[in-house]
Amino acid sequence: MDFEQVGKIIDRYKGKRTALISILHDIQDQYNHLPEETLRKVASRLQMDLNDIYGVATFYKSFSLVPKGKHSITLCLGTACHVRGGPKILREMKKQLSIEPGQTTADKQFSLNVVNCLGVCAIGPVMFVDGKFYGEMNTLKAKRIIEKINKNNKSKKRNGVKS
Amino acid sequence: MRKIKSVSDLERWKENILSREKQDEVVVSVCGGTGCHAYGCKKVRDRFAKIIRKNGELKEIRLRYTGCRGFCERGPIVTIQPQGIFYQRVQEKDVPLILSETVQRGKILDHLLYEDVITKRKVTSEKDIPFYKVQSRLVLGSNGMIEPTKIEDYIGIGGYQALSKAFFEMKPEQIIDEIKASGLRGRGGAGFLTGKKWEDCRKAPGELKYIICNCDEGDPGAYMDRSLLEGNPHSVLEGMIIGAYAISGSHGYIYVRHEYPLACKNAETAITQARKAGFLGKNILGSGFNFDVEIAKGGGAFVCGESTALIASIEGRVGEPRSKQVHTVTRGLWEKPTNLNNVETWANVPLIINKGSQWFSSIGTEKSKGTKIFSLVGKVKNTGLVEVPMGITLKEIIFDIGGGQQDGKRIKAVQTGGPSGGCIPASLFDLPVDFDSLTQVGSMMGSGGMIVMDEGTCMVDVAKYFVHFLQEESCGKCLPCREGLKRMGEILDRITEGKGDGESLSLLEELAEVVADTSLCGLGKTAPNPVLSALRYFRPEFEAHIHQKRCPAAVCTPLIQYSISESDCTGCGVCAKICPTQAIKGEKKQSHSILAEVCSKCGSCKDVCKADAVMVQ
Repeated sequence: MDFEQVGKIIDRYKGKRTALISILHDIQDQYNHLPEETLRKVASRLQMDLNDIYGVATFYKSFSLVPKGKHSITLCLGTACHVRGGPKILREMKKQLSIEPGQTTADKQFSLNVVNCLGVCAIGPVMFVDGKFYGEMNTLKAKRIIEKINKNNKSKKRNGVKS
Repeated sequence: MRKIKSVSDLERWKENILSREKQDEVVVSVCGGTGCHAYGCKKVRDRFAKIIRKNGELKEIRLRYTGCRGFCERGPIVTIQPQGIFYQRVQEKDVPLILSETVQRGKILDHLLYEDVITKRKVTSEKDIPFYKVQSRLVLGSNGMIEPTKIEDYIGIGGYQALSKAFFEMKPEQIIDEIKASGLRGRGGAGFLTGKKWEDCRKAPGELKYIICNCDEGDPGAYMDRSLLEGNPHSVLEGMIIGAYAISGSHGYIYVRHEYPLACKNAETAITQARKAGFLGKNILGSGFNFDVEIAKGGGAFVCGESTALIASIEGRVGEPRSKQVHTVTRGLWEKPTNLNNVETWANVPLIINKGSQWFSSIGTEKSKGTKIFSLVGKVKNTGLVEVPMGITLKEIIFDIGGGQQDGKRIKAVQTGGPSGGCIPASLFDLPVDFDSLTQVGSMMGSGGMIVMDEGTCMVDVAKYFVHFLQEESCGKCLPCREGLKRMGEILDRITEGKGDGESLSLLEELAEVVADTSLCGLGKTAPNPVLSALRYFRPEFEAHIHQKRCPAAVCTPLIQYSISESDCTGCGVCAKICPTQAIKGEKKQSHSILAEVCSKCGSCKDVCKADAVMVQ
């Protein structure tokens, strides 16, 4: 993997320690997770102890030290979503993908995440799939979203598009 | 854009903007709030833009992509000015019709109007819809009048006038006195007097002082700060700059949750625009005062809503709180005096400066002044953001604005104050909503989440939900919070699994007391509130789980059974198809049945059954 981008990201924040969380966000956006090598680079550029960087990277839920799947599925389990049946959607997702929250499917296609509030509470239960919000979810709708992504992937493969 | 250096510069800019607006100009506003996004408002807006661009007759129309309008449940929302027509649930296919019929011929499209849930009458304008009628949208109202990324729109509605008044007509001490006299209390949860905080920070020794805007909004079920920062970022900035001038702060941060990308983006745009216009940076408005703001992103940790944890996070450290023996106004960010207020608090500041403390303190109750924005969500018909004067009753909010129960089940409680708050039973719905009344009944104002619960909500499950939430979000620094919540969670797990015994509740209460008394920060100190309030008002539900091994709301899976009503089942077979454990048997067009020993109680069958034949008890 080429980690050249890391230097540029740190430059963007003028190498400020205060920007550590923003820097880690940008690295994660770039590489889909926080590879060890990038954390070492950040530590040396910001002149911080690698342990401290590791502490931050593991304390905040947004960060992942392992690669995430191609499709990100985030299920909201905030109070409003919870009382409207969020846990049922979670059970359905676990069944559909055969993984637990925080895990990625073996084929690296899906990552399942659970968050405590996405801030779209009026239309709960809410699911956030590949950058798009889906409101008023039920188990059937959730199942269909996964089926649709799988179908698209298959047709892309058939048409020779690299997935 | 040239730099604004004086009051007259700002006046001229505003006049210039207003002179470009024609009388009776048609303005089509599409709500771009996150709720409307989920319903496809971007497609609606793009379609409007495309047709307007192509059709010469329509080129005079001004298309506006606004921030959240509050009535998220009815999105996407489109309003048409000057008539004030309010269309809801607008889809892309409706756009050509709106332009040709409503805009060009003045004809109202009935199918897009809101239907009053009680009278069944169609309502044409926003101000007549019951959801909006009872509200007083002093802070949130501007969201519908401006495009958040256009500073000109904000200037046009009188933006930055308060800033110029504060800079040129008031001394810093006068500003603080004005905020103190207004009685404004922090909208983030604790309700500390804002003016007092500012005064303490101004008096704190030190040259360098920091100003922070807290948009971490971690309370699940609350999203008003998001909608304010997304929909009207300049109002928040203006409040911060006034505060900085009063306190003599030199640098500011807006701490935004990572989950709110649009809020980050719009705030960033607003900061850049404000710098260009001379509202931020060196020598603001030619006054000699310097102040600048930058964005700091959160990392998805609830505890970072706590001021000292938030400060640790801005410093690039793990978000662990510290003891508050020395307050942050004396020693905060990098050990310097720091004034931290929540988004909604900052957005109230320009209003108070513009209209005066007397006007502001005439709204609300004796000790809670002004309005408060609540996110009215959960099991209620009209969900969304509502802004009401303090002192309004819960009943008015839930029934007059919210339209009451959602799907035939009686409303039994409302949860306020997020994980630090509690559940208030329906018998107390006449309670006025203000800081002190809510605290008295065992809940709190919090940041303004209001989650309505009905007979289908199990209060033991809700208590368990909050304890697990907080256990997961506990930073782990102090033992009572880290271990106490874990044990409380285990007791609640056992109760919901039907394994509770005679000692469960007393043990739970004892632990709750210890956690509240001995935790380090607000998270742990208030963590037992949801459990204690549920026990206070809904003890029989806990007892039913423990003694009768029964969940009255039919939520806790180990204690419920699913079955199919023979007389209602149409034999369509949809339930059998979706059942993950193949527990449903039956011939096509014949009544189906559930094999109890195979059923995983996921409830999928109940969700998909169109005949409502699946029963749970």
